[in-house]
Amino acid sequence: MESSIYKKKRALIVFLVPAFLFMAVFLYYPFFRNILNSFQSIPSLGAGSKGWNTPWYTNYVKLFQDVNMRRALINTLIMMLVTIVGQVGIAIVLALMVDNVGKGGKFFRTVYFFPIVISATALGLMFNLIFLYDKGMVNQLLELLGKSTLTDWKDSAHALLVMMLPVMWQYVGFYFVILITGLNNISEDLYEVAAIDGATRWQRVRYITLPLLHNVICTCIVLAVTGSLKVFDLPWVMFPKGMPLGKTWLTGTYMYYQAFNTNNVDYSSAIAVLIVVLGIITSKIVNKVFKEVEY
Amino acid sequence: MKKKKPLSIGKIIMYVVLSFWALTTIYPIFWIICNSFKAKNLILSDSFSLPLGDKFTLSNYTTAFERLNIFSAYRNSLIISGTVALVVVLLAGLASFALVRYRFRLKKFVYSLVIAGMMFPVFSTIIPVFKMLNDIHIANTPNLWLSLLSVALPQIAGNMSFAIVVLTGYIRSLPIELEEAAYLEGCSAYQIFFKVVVPLTKPSFATVAIFSFLWSYNDLFTQMFLLRLPEQRAITRLLNELTAMEGTNYGLMASAVALVVMPVIIVYIILQKYIIKGMTAGAVKG
Repeated sequence: MESSIYKKKRALIVFLVPAFLFMAVFLYYPFFRNILNSFQSIPSLGAGSKGWNTPWYTNYVKLFQDVNMRRALINTLIMMLVTIVGQVGIAIVLALMVDNVGKGGKFFRTVYFFPIVISATALGLMFNLIFLYDKGMVNQLLELLGKSTLTDWKDSAHALLVMMLPVMWQYVGFYFVILITGLNNISEDLYEVAAIDGATRWQRVRYITLPLLHNVICTCIVLAVTGSLKVFDLPWVMFPKGMPLGKTWLTGTYMYYQAFNTNNVDYSSAIAVLIVVLGIITSKIVNKVFKEVEY
Repeated sequence: MKKKKPLSIGKIIMYVVLSFWALTTIYPIFWIICNSFKAKNLILSDSFSLPLGDKFTLSNYTTAFERLNIFSAYRNSLIISGTVALVVVLLAGLASFALVRYRFRLKKFVYSLVIAGMMFPVFSTIIPVFKMLNDIHIANTPNLWLSLLSVALPQIAGNMSFAIVVLTGYIRSLPIELEEAAYLEGCSAYQIFFKVVVPLTKPSFATVAIFSFLWSYNDLFTQMFLLRLPEQRAITRLLNELTAMEGTNYGLMASAVALVVMPVIIVYIILQKYIIKGMTAGAVKG
């Protein structure tokens, strides 16, 4: 591998330093600074620290006492379940179907992936119109189907569902494409052998496709779980500030709110630390549950 | 090998399900574009019809151009995202080349730094980043160019890891013989990078550039923190303010969404191969 060209190491610095300088200044340093911030007192956004909190873990105690934070945590956990079942689940069904029908794979791939490239902010405004009370797309459709009363999709009974549905919908195509790539890697011969042995279509899926797809599905679930911690744009546009009545807080939106709207900068940093910790724990759990299998 | 069979019931059901999901992804966008050409009362009562004949109006678009700074928002977005894409491709390209071809101590460590970079959610870095940029007077200033730069800087860092992971994968698969030939011709390492490696890995550079551009164009969170003044707003920030500014002007909202979405749709249709590859490649490898 080593070639005589690349013996002179001076060029190495020119190649590596710029990229890593960017990451050091705008990723690694702020990440650790943020952990420190969460133990310190910071009067306002952009201001320096005024020393340690007394006791230093104040913000973390607050995390457990804050009702809105509890709501945000519960909602985020629900969001994780929705992304696993909804995004990855639907994506598996769709991918298996496309694999089985044989034709139109390219078309479905293009169409299913499409919402991902569109900004979640624009999608949020679009879904605001779709779920508009008087009268958006859904209520007009229900009226055409004979329903006489209007449903307020953004009231506290429906808010959570109406917030999570678009988030789920947007990313199904992402997992679909990953899964389809995994499916294409499974050798056609296996299916033919199974068919000769008299396996039905369902048996082929159950005993060949799904086991061989195990690791890809595991990757998808890890991505879905960590992805659901990063959701911000769409919920913020559809339900700003946890509307209605703090029902729709997510860890991300609540972190932004604490930093920007109530000026609790150090508390906001603590929430951000919690988001990171949650991400690490949940992806560890997923990896344990769906242990990678070597074939 | 497969014999042609008539469509079975199972297959028909599958096509129905697949088409249904395709409908859910296409129709809402189609619906909002249609409604952007209709007056508000029609949107609220008759949103499923096509904007033909009497129903067609351009008034939503004329209001959008009059009242919203759509063009300056476009320009701001293009400047931010263009800068992000360019810098990411250049720096990540150089770093990936070095990571693949050179052998040095700490190489493993450097690579794990790259992977770690993908783990930090933006929430966990934005407050210190804001403070830093504020301290050196790049953020929170009336100067448009500096404000736009302040958004681009953290986004460049945020995309770097992904870009390095994708690009190292491609550069590793290049045969080293070409570079050796160039070396014998008297090329320096820099010349080898720009004259041999870059031309050969153009498609993956394109993938990374497009991905970074789109990611930055669509990102709202960083803009929320760093673009404070109305005339500095880029496209997603402008959209976000729209509900507060013109909450019930649904026609205007539809046209604004259409204006933001249409360029992306066109780009997607032309470049979808690169986009799909780019957005999933980093994820699967990482």
